[in-house]
Amino acid sequence: MNTHEKSQKTVIEIKDLKKSYGNNHVLNGFNMSLVEGENLVIMGKSGSGKSVMIKCLIGLEAPDSGSILVMGKDISQLNRDELDELRTEVGFLFQGSALYDSMTVRENLEFPLRRHTKKFGVIKDTTPMVLEALKNVGLAHTINLMPEELSGGMKRRIALARTLILQPKIILYDEPTTGLDPITAKEILLLMETIQKKYNTSSIIITHDVDCARAISNRMILLVDGINYVEGSFEELSVSTDPKVQAFFK
Amino acid sequence: MNAIFKIFELLKFFMIEIGELAYFAGRFFLETFKRPFEFKEFLRQCFYMGNRSLLLVSITGFIIGLVFTLQSRPTLQEFGAVSWMPSMVSISIIREIGPIITALICAGRIGSGIGAELGSMRVTEQIDAMEVSGTNPFKYLVVTRIMATTFMLPILVFFGDAIAIFGSCLVENLKGNVSYLLYYNQVFDALEFGDIIPATIKTFFFGFAIGLVGCFKGYNCTKGTAGVGLAANSAVVFTSMLLFIIDFVAVFVTDIFYDL
Repeated sequence: MNTHEKSQKTVIEIKDLKKSYGNNHVLNGFNMSLVEGENLVIMGKSGSGKSVMIKCLIGLEAPDSGSILVMGKDISQLNRDELDELRTEVGFLFQGSALYDSMTVRENLEFPLRRHTKKFGVIKDTTPMVLEALKNVGLAHTINLMPEELSGGMKRRIALARTLILQPKIILYDEPTTGLDPITAKEILLLMETIQKKYNTSSIIITHDVDCARAISNRMILLVDGINYVEGSFEELSVSTDPKVQAFFK
Repeated sequence: MNAIFKIFELLKFFMIEIGELAYFAGRFFLETFKRPFEFKEFLRQCFYMGNRSLLLVSITGFIIGLVFTLQSRPTLQEFGAVSWMPSMVSISIIREIGPIITALICAGRIGSGIGAELGSMRVTEQIDAMEVSGTNPFKYLVVTRIMATTFMLPILVFFGDAIAIFGSCLVENLKGNVSYLLYYNQVFDALEFGDIIPATIKTFFFGFAIGLVGCFKGYNCTKGTAGVGLAANSAVVFTSMLLFIIDFVAVFVTDIFYDL
């Protein structure tokens, strides 16, 4: 971490996070912190606990032990309403997009917006906000389409628009480029970069795509056997002589 | 020894399932009275469920009324009691056959649909997406569906009963030269509030059971796409069993009131 980042506010701090499913110990004392405006890439093999970690972070899974502080709040101490309020500040882009398939694109974007009256008040006409979010991802023309009418890349971008509409300060990306062709993957990466610059969001990107890590990361963590095995910039890690690290960059 | 162990395991699984279902029902009652109310989604579900099942319930009701009358006629004729047909048909349909058959049809049609829909939303992370956007998926998906089945089933039963009695009336009109007016007069003469009210009350419980089990199975679905099929299937099996248990309890309780 450079001095500039150190002077910035820490928005996420995870300490000694442990999570097991029966005898399968997925996370064995994971530690990390994310500062404001930073893009942190977490890489690891399939089954290394990346997705479990990110689900613990957003409160979808309860950790066995350890602490998770999001914007200074310990999520294990929050009640349901407080957690929901915090979740409006933390966007989550799912690997499979997770668009609500019984709703149109407009309804997908309106759904969270209409339910957060504390943050946004009662919005009579959501169209300008929906259109702005869709314009950000270049898909304003899809407003009345159903998710089944969209391609994989378009779904991913709509899901990103749905995340953006709540104006989050932190965005968590779960495998944002997985399953996409190289051109669409590049478009998504470009979009992530644009959004980060436009809204000054902090991001955690879970991936095993080296190109994605190269393009977007300020800092990287390699997750091996449920712990942060090594940490550093892309340039530092890509020249590492450690065989476990090298395996990712081959 | 192995068989005993398996039975014990099954019993344990069943008890855990019952416990989780009770917890799920408890959460439903807690969330129902908390703001904000998803009234629009509730109405959409009511329309969707009623509309989706009305034709099936009507056709089944009509055929049951028709067949029931055709099958009972020879026996009643033997005892010279054909004139009792309207009373017999109406009481048995209103009290028992109408509610239970309609509920079983809806368990298959609506219960499995809810199980599959919520199950597929669970495995495609749509429910998680609602959760992480800070909204309450339980309230939006579960509460509205259980409320909708609870309120729509009595209406569907009412339609089913009316059409079954019409089916019976049609047979009597064609076979026994009984006029529609006379038939319906006898039907209403035979029916009392004591027949209609307990039967109507139990249909609310039937509807609640269909929605509850369907939502419970779908909402807690695991094991990917195979789990979706399993959720839909077990929703029907579990609901059907629960319907008969509720029916037994309802008849038992009604009987106690009659004795009083």
